[in-house]
Amino acid sequence: MPRRKKRKEIFALGNEAVVEGALLAGCSFYGGYPITPSTEIMEIMAQRLPMIKDGVFIQLEDEIASMGAVIGASMAGRKAMTATSGPGFSLMQENLGYAIMAEAPMVLVNVMRGGPSTGLPTCPAQGDVQQARWGTHGDHPIIVLSASNVQECLDMTITAFNMAEKYRTPVILLLDEVTSHTREKIELPNEGEYEVFSRSVPSMPPEWYKPYEETVRGVPPMPPIGSGYRFHVTGLTHDRNGFPTQRPSEVVELMDRIHRKIDQFFYDIQLVDEIQTDDCEICVIAYGSVARSAELAVQQARANGVKAGLLKLKTLFPYPRRHTEKILAKAKTLVVPEMNMGQMSREVKRVNMGHASVRTINRIDGQIVTPSEILKVIMQG
Amino acid sequence: MSSITGNEVIHQYLRHNKKFPHVLCAGCGHGIVLGTLIRSIHSLSIPKDDVVVVAGIGCSGRLAVYVDFNTVHTTHGRALSFATGIKMANPKLNVITIMGDGDALSIGGNHLIHAARRNIGVTALVLNNNIYGMTGGQSSPATPAGSTTMTNPYGQLDKSFDTVELARGAGANYVARGTVFHVNKLESIMTEAIQRSGFSLVEAITPCHTQFGRKNKYKSSVDMYKWLKKTAIPVERYEKMSEKEREGRMPIGEFVKKDRTGFEEKYYAMQADFLKAEAKGGK
Ligand SMILES: Cc1ncc(C[n+]2csc(CCOP(=O)(O)OP(=O)(O)O)c2C)c(N)n1
Ligand code: SF4
Repeated sequence: MPRRKKRKEIFALGNEAVVEGALLAGCSFYGGYPITPSTEIMEIMAQRLPMIKDGVFIQLEDEIASMGAVIGASMAGRKAMTATSGPGFSLMQENLGYAIMAEAPMVLVNVMRGGPSTGLPTCPAQGDVQQARWGTHGDHPIIVLSASNVQECLDMTITAFNMAEKYRTPVILLLDEVTSHTREKIELPNEGEYEVFSRSVPSMPPEWYKPYEETVRGVPPMPPIGSGYRFHVTGLTHDRNGFPTQRPSEVVELMDRIHRKIDQFFYDIQLVDEIQTDDCEICVIAYGSVARSAELAVQQARANGVKAGLLKLKTLFPYPRRHTEKILAKAKTLVVPEMNMGQMSREVKRVNMGHASVRTINRIDGQIVTPSEILKVIMQG
Repeated sequence: MSSITGNEVIHQYLRHNKKFPHVLCAGCGHGIVLGTLIRSIHSLSIPKDDVVVVAGIGCSGRLAVYVDFNTVHTTHGRALSFATGIKMANPKLNVITIMGDGDALSIGGNHLIHAARRNIGVTALVLNNNIYGMTGGQSSPATPAGSTTMTNPYGQLDKSFDTVELARGAGANYVARGTVFHVNKLESIMTEAIQRSGFSLVEAITPCHTQFGRKNKYKSSVDMYKWLKKTAIPVERYEKMSEKEREGRMPIGEFVKKDRTGFEEKYYAMQADFLKAEAKGGK
């Protein structure tokens, strides 16, 4: 058996790992506007993309324009992304809804900072969890991913692009300042070691193509603009041809499909890491940098003879319900630490429905949640 | 092409699978602008697949749905940002934006300034009807001082924006103004705008009798076309007029004609240089 080629190791910032992941996934377009603590993503893209064949980097006049440009590039066939932080994320929300409705794949990275408003620009927080879920208007499905260390920043960025392309939808990668600004040794995967998924393009002649037609997976193929398939794209509720409609049957068909193409594939979309959960009586549910503190706390609790476990959420939405339900069959207590007033514990309580007692740990002072804080709550049982 | 009539040309470019009738009021100038756009593209023999029409939101924004190009109906005010992404992603495409005056000058004003400054190779059509048509006649940045609108029942107090001056000041490569009364002139400047590299802007004055005329002194769409005929004069003549003679008149024609290289061309040239240097072994 040939020996696996040694992976290249680099010492990288979380934000730098996002760029590496994006480029490995085939990203060739970045449009954005700088904001702390996401700025390094933009700066490194500004260096790297112009050196790559057809790679485009453009600094736009604001976040609204950034989203517009990224969606435009996506429609022209590119794998495209932008990155921002709290206030910029709010500005992106209208066009985020557009991308969902027009089914334009793209990746939006939001490195969360303390808020509301300009808040605590350089401090860690996880205050945009529900904004990521419900920030844009209307009823819509959304995919939101997160990462808790630098290696995961790379891996989850690749995953974000793959899901965006597979499901023709924007994917949000929610990071926090700690993860983005941590520098660690990571491994760059060798080519062929990771999946790169690209959107399906139509194979039928242009006259037969209906841009929003039902398919087995609910995801219609998407040709790049200018490739001979001429059709209309709109944010208005549209029929299979892409033309605006208010006919109830057509409205329902579109909305059903947009939801179903995500709902159908929960097993592929809902990603978690389960650490010591097999026999756990008390389970911590955490994401982002907090999950790292939680992992240490769980180890320490085990050393003290407490059957603790960790469910690390890598997908925040759709909320990984079935993984939580499995844990509810054995755990008596769930502990949800987060750097907000309880945005994810709401989801946990919704799924829990009174089965276990849910204890929350909430920090909103711009400080990280420490392992000892979590351990203290675990030891209280 | 001389053997076919204007209408036959238009029919070649309309979408047969789109259910007509269209949403525009009878007598609206927007359809005339669309006609000139189609004839300009036809006269330049640009293949349909190479044209992308990117529209904003408003009555003007709805034009995109009827024409058989690649068409994108974006969010209110943001057409130019979508267009910028499309053009950068595929510079071979002819990207044309259709925006209303509210769309382009109010909510999208910042994008307009920066598209012009950046000199992105996009043709921007601003359909100025002095009002917000689609939402029912509220005032826009182009509503003339003194006129009445739904949100200015006592008269517009502030001065209106001059689209041409704005685009010129922001550094657009090509800036022109026409009206739907002077159709041939409008068609020729539009053709010129599409051909040019860099950012081109054409302001088309197009009457909205339903929302603007009704509230002001123009009872019918015919009154509004008469008003255009009276008000608009060629810029060459306008420039020779005294301050007093200019009052109430509006210059039309070409205002800026430059040949700066488009942003996307510069970007890809820079990239080609990098790749050449890399191929030689240097970096
Ligand atoms: C973000 C946002 N704000 C407001 C609106 C409501 N709206 C729709 S069309 C329009 C104005 C249209 O006026 P204009 O751009 O001048 O185009 P016209 O209809 O006159 O052609 C407005 C305010 C919207 N669609 N989106
Ligand atoms: S409301 Fe005005 S701009 Fe809109 S279609 Fe009617 S006439 Fe045209």
